[in-house]
Amino acid sequence: MSLFLPLTFLLPLAGTLILSLSRGRLGRADSAWVGVSSVGLAAVVTALLTWTFLASPGTYEVTLWTWISVGDFQPTIGLALDGLSLTMLGIITGVGFLIHLFAAWYMHGESGITRFYAYMNLFVFSMVLLVLGDNLLLLFLGWEGVGLCSYLLIGYYYQTAANGWAAFKAFIVTRIGDVFLAIGLFLLFRELGTLDISELLQRAPQVWAEGDATVELAALLLLGGALGKSAQLPLHTWLADAMAGPTPVSALIHAATMVTAGVYLIARLHGVFLLAPDVLYLTGVIGALTLLLAGFAALAQTDIKRVLAYSTMSQIGYMFLALGAGAFDAAIFHLMTHAFFKALLFLSAGAVIVSCHHEQDMRRLGGLWRRLPLAYAGFVVGGAALAALPLVTAGFYSKDEILFQTLLAGQGGLLLAGLIGAFLTSIYTLRLIINTFHGEMKSDNARHAEPGRGLVHGVPLVVLAILSTFLGAWITPPLEGVLLAAEETGHGALHTTLEIVAAGVALAGIALGAWLFLYRRAWLREQVAQGWGARLRTLWYTAWGLDAFFDRTLVRPYQGLVGWLRSDPIDRTGSRVAWLAGVMHRGLSRTQTGRLRWYATSMVIGATVVLLILTLGA
Amino acid sequence: MTLVWLILIPFIGGLLCWKAERLGEMAPRWIALGTMGLVLLITLGLWFQGEYHLPDPTASSEAARWSMEWRAAWIPRFGIEVHLALDGLSLVLIALTGFLGVLAVLCSWNEIVRRVGFFHLNLLWILGGVVGVFLAIDLFLFFFFWEMMLVPMYFLIALWGHSGSEGKTRITAATKFFIYTQASGLLMLVAILGLVFVHHANTGEYSFSYDDLRNTPLSDGLAMWLMLGFFIAFAVKLPVVPLHGWLPDAHAQAPTAGSVDLAGILLKTAAYGMLRFALPLFPEASQAFAPVAMALGLIGIFYGAVLACGQHDVKRLIAYTSISHMGFVLIGIYAGTELALQGVVMLMVAHAFSAAGLFILSGQLYERLHTRDMREMGGLWGRLGSLPGFSLCFVAASLGMPGTANFVGEFMVLFGSFAVAPWVVATASAGLVLAAIYSLLLMQRVHFGPTQNDTPLAGLDRREFFMMLGLLALVLLFGLYPQLLLNTTDAAMLEVQRLFSAADTLITTLPTGVA
Repeated sequence: MSLFLPLTFLLPLAGTLILSLSRGRLGRADSAWVGVSSVGLAAVVTALLTWTFLASPGTYEVTLWTWISVGDFQPTIGLALDGLSLTMLGIITGVGFLIHLFAAWYMHGESGITRFYAYMNLFVFSMVLLVLGDNLLLLFLGWEGVGLCSYLLIGYYYQTAANGWAAFKAFIVTRIGDVFLAIGLFLLFRELGTLDISELLQRAPQVWAEGDATVELAALLLLGGALGKSAQLPLHTWLADAMAGPTPVSALIHAATMVTAGVYLIARLHGVFLLAPDVLYLTGVIGALTLLLAGFAALAQTDIKRVLAYSTMSQIGYMFLALGAGAFDAAIFHLMTHAFFKALLFLSAGAVIVSCHHEQDMRRLGGLWRRLPLAYAGFVVGGAALAALPLVTAGFYSKDEILFQTLLAGQGGLLLAGLIGAFLTSIYTLRLIINTFHGEMKSDNARHAEPGRGLVHGVPLVVLAILSTFLGAWITPPLEGVLLAAEETGHGALHTTLEIVAAGVALAGIALGAWLFLYRRAWLREQVAQGWGARLRTLWYTAWGLDAFFDRTLVRPYQGLVGWLRSDPIDRTGSRVAWLAGVMHRGLSRTQTGRLRWYATSMVIGATVVLLILTLGA
Repeated sequence: MTLVWLILIPFIGGLLCWKAERLGEMAPRWIALGTMGLVLLITLGLWFQGEYHLPDPTASSEAARWSMEWRAAWIPRFGIEVHLALDGLSLVLIALTGFLGVLAVLCSWNEIVRRVGFFHLNLLWILGGVVGVFLAIDLFLFFFFWEMMLVPMYFLIALWGHSGSEGKTRITAATKFFIYTQASGLLMLVAILGLVFVHHANTGEYSFSYDDLRNTPLSDGLAMWLMLGFFIAFAVKLPVVPLHGWLPDAHAQAPTAGSVDLAGILLKTAAYGMLRFALPLFPEASQAFAPVAMALGLIGIFYGAVLACGQHDVKRLIAYTSISHMGFVLIGIYAGTELALQGVVMLMVAHAFSAAGLFILSGQLYERLHTRDMREMGGLWGRLGSLPGFSLCFVAASLGMPGTANFVGEFMVLFGSFAVAPWVVATASAGLVLAAIYSLLLMQRVHFGPTQNDTPLAGLDRREFFMMLGLLALVLLFGLYPQLLLNTTDAAMLEVQRLFSAADTLITTLPTGVA
């Protein structure tokens, strides 16, 4: 165990180092080999670890060295493997490997593939450290590392300035969250005297009573960090723009792994959050709000990837809702199934995009289902899981678990939000599939679509499709002993009722979507063309106008401040001294005229003044 | 005697460089490289031989404070001595000086072509003066070296500098630098003399010795005034807003080697001065002054960061980021906990690496593009070989990415200060967002965006590549294993912390005592 555990992050790190130090000597194929195999090997190591772990569950700790040691401040480079981190590790390396593999197909025509895989491997390295770190400072290292990689990969196509700015925005917005997390860390360390997660969870209940103001504050600060990384209100604005990166990046970072880091953080520190019931409730409310707002926003998008981005926000909203209801295990379960089906959807979207010559606007696609059968199948299976089609999909089981536990927790409001969200999800999913794959082909790019071929393209899609069905839901995250297990006995009838209601809602959404997008297209187009319909559409299209709001309240004032201070007014004030000396110099030089008469006069005046002072003074 | 040699070697080397110019352009470069390499080697030798780590933090005696000491009479009439001493803190900073000295020589290899010998004379004399500052513990000698490093720096900017962005000449920048630091140095001289006279009045003896003066009893008012004399001198050099006016001009217009030395070492002499003199000589006054100092630190963090965002000149941008980073240093020093003080040392070293890296990179950019204006750059990523990759790494360091030494320093300062001043730390943390903004703005404007033209540019040659790689390796080494450095400075920092916290208890217990 102690030998294998570090390999999970050392292998991707080795990949990064080989790729970045090659200085362009590696060819395209070699770079892809290095990039894919390093993560593949990490996945193999993870499989071995899982095997060992399942044989004897527990917490395995490996301390490599003490990172910093000053007084009580003793964070280590130490890893801890338990059921929760193993689940995350499996997602990161497993799904990550499939995405890396698919990327070899997706990126085959691109330049700079070495750079791409170097960043991707660095991302996996950071993400693994994030989930394995046994103390919050190491977690923070991974946390910032994934942010940096996300920045680099969003801005991968650097020649377009807009991509760079999208990456910039993503980094800055998440950094705002990170600052809250950092302050939370300072506070936790001051109050509890440690950053070690297990010690922290042990000491927290001894130091704080439930609802203590300090622990509420600490939880609130941690929540701030989670909101930024997981793109929840109000720090969600970066995720839609982050779609500027290559599609495999969106699949790996902005769907399956990094954006779920906030969920992981809260689940990992659930002991702190349970002591802060108000903040925990706030978590649920924010999740509910995000899932609704993002659901509506997804209805109006025209770009395939932006639909998926808002859908990701909305699904993470479900996870936050679950956390808020205290259903930590349900949140992690949904995190896992979501990683499967959303990665599938993104990769299928990537297949469509490359096949259609980088066309990703649904208004210029359509009718592709015959030409791109595999991508279509991916969308249908992934979409069904997203819409939580009853019984056959993984998404149904995980979403049902969340709703049921919310019901048990007595959170009626959150449950209602979850059900409405499920309804919205079905509608936008259907809209996405119909607009992309059905109807007529709306551009030459769509008409000349070339389907992807080969195992590198097919295997990841098929495997993820299998995992998105009920087969994926059979994987039970080994969370006993890490998170509180929910009490579910004795509510059989209630559970069945809820399942029927949830299934009904999902099916109703699908029926409504099918009716709207297949049979009432013209009517729908008329509605959104003018009046309230158009206004609502714009509002949803701009995701409730929050971007513009932040632009006006934060970005522009800051730019104004920068412009105002650009020439360093404080320094200018200091330079007044030099200016004054110059003025005096010029004034005095002017008296040196060289005229005898002027000198004589001034001497007389001077002597008179001195005499006057002397006589009057005496 | 080793300590004397540490100071003499750069001065002698400088003279040799000057004379060796008649042997050709290359001779001064190699001599300068050898000289600084020798200083670095001697320091590293001392580092590995000596025992600086505190095995038992509770036991500390006055006698064991210096690992090495050397003293000789200079002006006995006034009790002025040549008194040099070395402890963990000065050792680390001298090693840093040696290392950055080597880098400064290397990065001027192709840049400086006029009066090569005299250039290296000035460069080495600055470094010699800096080493003197780090070793002198006679206050007169300290002042001597403090002033001494200014003159060659003045020549470096005035003779080999660039003209500024708004038509300011390099002479203006050099003069501004000289007047600012000279005037503030005079305040320090007055404070030193004041302290000596008080000591004379008490004991009847003149002494400039650090150890003698440290226990001079002072009235609260006088202590505050004398402390301010020291503080202002150091604050100008650090620099603390609003006394920072010289820095952007000097940095932007100095040759690369000058910027590297300014940001890497000269700014650190100020923090060193605070840690070595301002705090230990006047602990109570410093303690009382701490809230003001921390407020100034906060202002510096935000003012520097906002101004960095608005610059068009790459080097001015980096100069303003230095102001922002030094705000963290100031907060850490006046928080005075062990963790914060150790963080300060770490941050000083880390900032020296990252700022030196960024300045060298912008020097390399200038050699290729002949401009420092970012409006004329953009889309350079694919055109410059590995230079943009290095830029990215050093930019990441400057925004405090974990894994780099800057993160360790910044976060130790913040963790350490939070116990003392939570609101200051919470506010300062917001500076991390601004750090991200200016750092990424640099990347965005210089390296990303549409390519402006396709003329091929030279990538990094071997000298440049290994220079950057070495610097980066150190940033990562101290980021992942900072203990190398922390173990060396812990005894020295614990001493400062002890004095400072003793003063704190004195102040807090005073009212009850009076009552």
